[in-house]
Amino acid sequence: MNEGYKASFRQIWKSMSLRFKIGLCIVAFFLVISFVLYWFSPGDVMALSTYKRNQPLSWEHPLGTNRQGQDIFWLLVESIHNSMVVGIVVAIAATVIGVLIGLFSGFVGGAVDRVIMFICDSIIVIPSLPILILMGSMLRGRASLMMIAGILILFNWPWPARQARSMALTIREREFVNTARFSGEGLFKIVCVEIVPHVLSWAMANFVNTVLVAIGSEASLAVLGLSSTTTPTLGNMIYWARQYQAIMLKQWVWIGSPVLATSIMFIGLFLTYTGYNEYVAKKRGR
Amino acid sequence: MRLTKFILSRIMVWLLTILVGITVVFFLQRMMPSDPIETMISKMTSMGTNLSPEALEAMRESLRRQYGLEGTLFEQYLSTITRLVHFDFGLSMANYPTPVAQMIGQALPYTVCLLMTTTILSWIIGNAIGLLAGFKKNKWYSKTLETVSMCIYPTPYFMVALVIMILMAYVKQWFPLVPSFDDFTFTWAWFSDAVYNSFMPALSLMLVGTGWWIISMKALSSNVAEEEYVNYGRMKGLTEATIGYRYVFRNSILSQVTALALHIGGAFGGSLMCEIIFGYPGVGQMVNTAINNSDYNLLTGVIFISIFAVATATLLIDLIYPLIDPRIRNS
Repeated sequence: MNEGYKASFRQIWKSMSLRFKIGLCIVAFFLVISFVLYWFSPGDVMALSTYKRNQPLSWEHPLGTNRQGQDIFWLLVESIHNSMVVGIVVAIAATVIGVLIGLFSGFVGGAVDRVIMFICDSIIVIPSLPILILMGSMLRGRASLMMIAGILILFNWPWPARQARSMALTIREREFVNTARFSGEGLFKIVCVEIVPHVLSWAMANFVNTVLVAIGSEASLAVLGLSSTTTPTLGNMIYWARQYQAIMLKQWVWIGSPVLATSIMFIGLFLTYTGYNEYVAKKRGR
Repeated sequence: MRLTKFILSRIMVWLLTILVGITVVFFLQRMMPSDPIETMISKMTSMGTNLSPEALEAMRESLRRQYGLEGTLFEQYLSTITRLVHFDFGLSMANYPTPVAQMIGQALPYTVCLLMTTTILSWIIGNAIGLLAGFKKNKWYSKTLETVSMCIYPTPYFMVALVIMILMAYVKQWFPLVPSFDDFTFTWAWFSDAVYNSFMPALSLMLVGTGWWIISMKALSSNVAEEEYVNYGRMKGLTEATIGYRYVFRNSILSQVTALALHIGGAFGGSLMCEIIFGYPGVGQMVNTAINNSDYNLLTGVIFISIFAVATATLLIDLIYPLIDPRIRNS
């Protein structure tokens, strides 16, 4: 049994493109940082003057300390953790809500469908960043990270909804759906049991992409100081580094490490997203 | 007759999109746990202004009236829509008593110029490179170009902007740290100065924008390049340039035009970030001022203008679309 698993795993790994493998490795690396290494954190990373200021890189402080006497390494780990949590929460909620609404809309059809799709299109077209900035500036610092996540969900469900709807339109004409309907299954059960598995592989890809978008949007807000200013996230770390003139003082590690971490994480997520799409397309035989 | 119907339906969509936008903003604002008026009053009192309780109450009243916060939720909603449709955004709190519409009017040309130039340039450059990379997908330069764009595109915009700023203005002083513009005159000197000052913001916007167009155009054109009719053209003895332009380009550019329409909203957000980071004197810079002064009228005004502008740009692209797609034009 164990051997069998190992063999099939090796086979799957072999059939992946190089791009997909690199992406997966990067994402796995960041997941380990944010959910394993995070638990070894030595307490409150945001607390000021915990250590000596402006220490260079050393074994004790792998990335040194900043002008505020914070350990940059553990600050970075906690930032990655929080950003990742926001990304995953938004992606799960937006994908689930979007797919369900989209499938429902595609199956019911008619006026309901048209109204739902219209709302989707409008939300896709409306520029979300100015609205996020308004919300952020009204909450000003008092915003909890989850509240920001809630607003991000609002702007991210329409994409999966659109896609799921167009899938529902093609799937609902297939034989097995008619069979299920004639044997007296309810609409909800048909959607959950018969349709969702078909949409799953697409929803996975969308999930990865939404993680990327959500982390990016939160970071954009945080860089402007409009997300939660007390919870460290990648954007928040850049915000404080800029507030305390890290560029002028040439403290490159302080501002550079979150910039570099975000860039690598995003490239990893993006490679996973495109690599996974390719992989699924190849499996379907295209 | 059919054309009139098409145009009318697009205009309906345009109106309704703006309406949905206003509605979302209106209700999100009402759902926020903080009261903008209390924020403003606490800001004023914290600056050391001593006011009697009666004066405070009177101020609260007049601010409520000014911000359209009187009456039931539905009445507020209706009055908000009527005000916005007349481009009446009230007075700015940061620059009291300048009307918000006037402030936006001054800043908007800068943003529109920056955004239009960079969006159109990166769309053209990106599609040209993407077409080449997709049509000749096994050449080394195609693979290099795709890898580079795959690394630049997903990086969040402000990171690219920060890196460009640090490299080109701190480390090497090639460009001014904060762009400055003289009053507009129709001279060569003014234009060259403006281009010099807006080079860094424009470069950062174009880097990120171009990346996406390369990736998407590459995917599209490499699919088209495998179609039967491309092989047929080759067997007919057409030159590669003819095949590339007539068969691959014409067929894959169609979805890129639609994508441009969907892209404008995001591009607008990017240019806001850009202006805030670089201190470029457009709408984004104004948003920054508004954030620092809790100027909600100004923010709401900017949001309405941005929804309006993006919806209008999408409408224009939708209306142009039949001109380039013969299938829609003839049906």
